[in-house]
Amino acid sequence: MSNQLNVVVVGNGMVGHHAVEQLFNLGAEHNISITVLSAEDRLAYDRVHLSEYFSGKTADDLALTDEATYQDWQVDFHTNAKVVGIDKQQQKVTTVAGDVFEYDKLILATGSYPFVPPIPGGDQDHCLVYRTIDDLESIQQSASCSKVGVVIGGGLLGLEAANALKQLGLATHVVEFAPQLMAVQVDAGGGRLLKDKIEELGVQVHTGKATQVIEAGEQCRYRLVFADGESLETDLVLFSAGIRPYDNLAREFELTIGERGGIVVNEQCLTSDSNIYAIGECALYQNMIYGLVAPGYTMAKVAAQDIIANHINLIEEAPLRFTGADMSTKLKLMGVDVGSIGDAHGRTPGALSYMYENQPLGVYKKIVVSQDQKLLLGAVLVGDTSEYDSLLQYMLNGIELPNEPEALILPSSGEKPTLGADALPETATICSCLNVTKGDIIDAVDGGACSVADVKACTKASTGCGGCSALLKNVVDKELENRGVEVKKDICEHFAYSRRELFDIIKVNGIKSFEELIESHGKGLGCEVCKPTVGSILASVWNDYILDASKLPLQDTNDNFLANMQKDGTYSVVPRVPGGEITPERLITIGEVAKKYKLYTKITGGQRIDLFGARVEQLPDIWSELIEAGMETGHAYGKAVRTVKSCVGSTWCRYGVQDSVSMAIFIENRYKGIRAPHKLKFAVSGCTRECAEAQSKDFGVIATDKGWNLYVCGNGGMKPRHADLFATDLDDETLIKYIDRVMAFYIQTGDRLQRTSVWMENLEGGLEYLKQVVIEDSLGIGETLENQMSQVIGKYQCEWKTTIENPEALKRFRQFVNSDKQDTNIQFVNERDQIRPARDHEKIQVVNISETGDTQKHKELALEES
Amino acid sequence: MSDKRWINICSLSDLVENSGVCALVEGATSADNLTAKDKQIALFSLPSMSEQVFAIDNFDPIGKANVLYRGMVGCNQGEPIVASPLYKQQFSLKTGQCLQEEAQVNTYPTRITDDCVEVLV
Repeated sequence: MSNQLNVVVVGNGMVGHHAVEQLFNLGAEHNISITVLSAEDRLAYDRVHLSEYFSGKTADDLALTDEATYQDWQVDFHTNAKVVGIDKQQQKVTTVAGDVFEYDKLILATGSYPFVPPIPGGDQDHCLVYRTIDDLESIQQSASCSKVGVVIGGGLLGLEAANALKQLGLATHVVEFAPQLMAVQVDAGGGRLLKDKIEELGVQVHTGKATQVIEAGEQCRYRLVFADGESLETDLVLFSAGIRPYDNLAREFELTIGERGGIVVNEQCLTSDSNIYAIGECALYQNMIYGLVAPGYTMAKVAAQDIIANHINLIEEAPLRFTGADMSTKLKLMGVDVGSIGDAHGRTPGALSYMYENQPLGVYKKIVVSQDQKLLLGAVLVGDTSEYDSLLQYMLNGIELPNEPEALILPSSGEKPTLGADALPETATICSCLNVTKGDIIDAVDGGACSVADVKACTKASTGCGGCSALLKNVVDKELENRGVEVKKDICEHFAYSRRELFDIIKVNGIKSFEELIESHGKGLGCEVCKPTVGSILASVWNDYILDASKLPLQDTNDNFLANMQKDGTYSVVPRVPGGEITPERLITIGEVAKKYKLYTKITGGQRIDLFGARVEQLPDIWSELIEAGMETGHAYGKAVRTVKSCVGSTWCRYGVQDSVSMAIFIENRYKGIRAPHKLKFAVSGCTRECAEAQSKDFGVIATDKGWNLYVCGNGGMKPRHADLFATDLDDETLIKYIDRVMAFYIQTGDRLQRTSVWMENLEGGLEYLKQVVIEDSLGIGETLENQMSQVIGKYQCEWKTTIENPEALKRFRQFVNSDKQDTNIQFVNERDQIRPARDHEKIQVVNISETGDTQKHKELALEES
Repeated sequence: MSDKRWINICSLSDLVENSGVCALVEGATSADNLTAKDKQIALFSLPSMSEQVFAIDNFDPIGKANVLYRGMVGCNQGEPIVASPLYKQQFSLKTGQCLQEEAQVNTYPTRITDDCVEVLV
């Protein structure tokens, strides 16, 4: 075994961490000791997705590693360990705390810092930058006492930062010195459209503005004064005017740096000192700083390989070199898709371009091709990046363009030349962040990976920015298909079909019962998986009474007894309270019922009242009284439309711009009780303050001064997800039309127990595809979906009303078929003036003292015990 | 000689096909009628099986509540089962064995005499 080699990595950003990972993976058998020195107080985290910190992700969610992992890898790591000295002769570094670490090889991955232009007044308390989690915390704090925020800088990061301010509820402005947004990535035409789209989303954009001074404001905390004499008031200023390499160590300790900064490196990522490497945003290769994560990862890999190859005297045939990187990028900025590929500005001599612009739809596309029109040199996509993957492959792999290259970006009038996964060469890069080629994916599949998740785990593909996930799935599926692998989607042993297939079978064949279906398309008796699934589909398709003799055995106990079973076998009862609006009379009735039946009451998260502790035999009586008072079932027991939460809206609220309560009640009454693959929750907010928390619902509606914004596919629960903005400023009719369509499409195509969020993420093409289907009616099924909805809506019934009118159905609601006694195992004790189930040790053993033993007495005794 | 005896529970029409009901057997197994515990028995009607009616304890030993009769019936690899409505573990209707965890419920022979459902307790 070779001698131990000490490698010290300075910096634990994404790239520094990648270097550690590479050293660990490649050097595990070569006696390499790795030390990591991080200036921040936490280990590496994902800076690419930093803005998600404001949409609910925590620092832990963003973490790329943790202490346990580094310990497993035997990495010696130190946080708050900013390096302040390098001794190149003695090969030692010193941290700010005075600790000294010796190295054989040193990797500088110090990254960059945000450039703050020297504007007078730019150093005040609420003038901040956007780079680290600490920065985000400062922004959050400042935003909490601010109303208006300005981002100085309209580049990629500036727009990300503007999105963050908007999410924090500030009136947001972007101030850009250049005449357009994102001048590096998109051309003037794309920039213009981008500006329009971003302004539509409520962010004011000011281009061609040079800020000269930040002084005290009148309405707000500060006032920005521009060179043209105009001014803008704001409470918070966020600088995002580019990055500068963090190269001060190199400056102080005499490593060669570039004229405008950056540590000069060669193809091995070596600096002017043969034992010191520099990688990522602090490194300058051929006068270029690569400010994206993908080139940084490549540099990390190059440096790690070079260190190990030298250490074990391995002369590789083709040692890995860093020779620059493709800076193409695809991203979503505030919901606007932007893609930039290669020579986006058409600066290559002789380059020609094709352009397509659709202003009404807000789409701009341009491709730049070589003089002979054979090769793609670059592209700009704004508003629609669906062709990004294909175009990138054309460019990266020098694939010859079709005869009429414009067909690649024109809307599909006829056959669009597509570049399928099969057409890609094995050298094609699928994931540019992690540099995974199609060949790597084929190797993984050959090595036994048989799902996208497997391939991700062993190649790391699509674990960076995630932009390639659709293409990755495509390649994996194709490769599996080529090997004759069939992906099983059977819901259980009784049906060799997915929920979606069963849905089609039931609908097309007009099947109305489980027996009919299992006889024709399944086997056995069914189980607790397929029965409720089929029950739910039958309900979605036909919406008949769910306790018919034929459907009753299909329902899970909650549906079966039209109530929610609790841990002790009792049930909870939830009357519907549409939109959360309830009269005092009904509140009194609920209170009286709860009192009479000694039920525990609690307000739910969906603006209703939950009554707990009802015995199965009490349910019909309880419901008779509730129905008598005009109430109906809340379907809290079903995988069905539950509640539509609302704020009080413009009727009462000083800020409301629409009547959110009326809309919520309308929506709730329209969709109540409709069965779906999973429960569905709605909310309607009367203004952008969003008091109804609509963005955490499957369907969220937020009032604007022009109508309604519709958000879809959000949820709270185990894995919370914010809903995506689906359409803006809709009138009432269009809003309902879109909800109808999305809901019918979900009911038809969703998997068993799949919530809308997961459903949409699994739709190929995701949100964009859903928009096409619903808004543009790309499949031509819009009307069918609406009809389907109106059919089920027309058959609504209050299941409890039907049940209490049906003596046969009522027979189910008893504990014993042969006795009117009660279940003595159900016992309660008092807590805070209400009942709760008795715990095991609190229960009284009930025995029959004699044939006529009075168990009631024991029960009351138990109640008093506590 | 066994202490067990056939108990008349209900009529066949009181059962619900492909679903369950619960019967209360009062102090039936006791040697001493003064301290006997009542027993809850879940009865399932599966018309497509040769046994037709299965009887097991109603008490779910995992969820610790008298609820098994409200579970969903079906089969697992041909074995007739009921899935507990609380935490969904399956219990064999033939043996009472839980198929997912270490747990067991009692099973009881049943017979139908002149439209009456009887259980041997």
